[in-house]
Amino acid sequence: MQDVRETLMQGRNSDGRSVRRPLSPHLQVYKPQISSVLSIFHRFSGVALTGGAVLLALWLAAAADSPHTFLIAQRLVDSFPGLSILFGFTVLLFYHFCNGIRHLLWDAGYGFDLSTMHRTGYIVIGATLCLAALVWAVGFAIG
Amino acid sequence: MNDVNSARKMRSALGQVRGYGSAKSGLRHWRAQRLTAIALLPLTFYFIISILVLKGANQVAIRAYMHEPWNAVLFLGLAVCLFYHAQLGLEVVIEDYIHGEGRRVLLLLLMRGSVAFFGLLATLSILKLAL
Repeated sequence: MQDVRETLMQGRNSDGRSVRRPLSPHLQVYKPQISSVLSIFHRFSGVALTGGAVLLALWLAAAADSPHTFLIAQRLVDSFPGLSILFGFTVLLFYHFCNGIRHLLWDAGYGFDLSTMHRTGYIVIGATLCLAALVWAVGFAIG
Repeated sequence: MNDVNSARKMRSALGQVRGYGSAKSGLRHWRAQRLTAIALLPLTFYFIISILVLKGANQVAIRAYMHEPWNAVLFLGLAVCLFYHAQLGLEVVIEDYIHGEGRRVLLLLLMRGSVAFFGLLATLSILKLAL
């Protein structure tokens, strides 16, 4: 019987001719790994946070417009959906922040070996959750 | 001879003058993305503190906060770096995943226009609150 992995050995060269060679990973059969999952989540969080930046701009515009407009904006933020979205953005922001530091360290040439990369990945996840929990705990504590 | 010099020897004289790599845009994008990221580290920290300080504040309190030059300047810096960084990031995502050239260029224009719009909206709002 033919090896099932043969189905993935169908590439094309730069002339467009079929050649037998391994392709880059197919997402549907690729086992999620800490490295790849954190990498794609960095992009996802970045794109999503742009939406957060738009909301920040609208919030500032509401404040600049009038006390009445700002009151409406604050009511939306204070509602359950508003607070849920804000919590989501807190998590995304801290993730992008922490993993961004990881990226900057890579740019500087540190932390490339596999064990360090995996360890810093788990540190990023832990730090994200701790920071998000801390900020919301402080937020609730100050009333 | 150091590494930088030996790397430069790999380029043609024209390529060296232009300073471009295979992406045809040189280091500008990469460098700007990193510089805004570094700037956003302290600014994000300041932003989180500000949001906690301003929690439950009414519009008068927001205006009083932005009336402080330090706060206005830091918020302006945040808005500029944040929207510039967002634009640079979205550019890469669009360039990576949108394959048709026409659609890609159209989407890039639309994205840059939208980011500029909301960036200017945030900037003007901060100025209006501050002045």
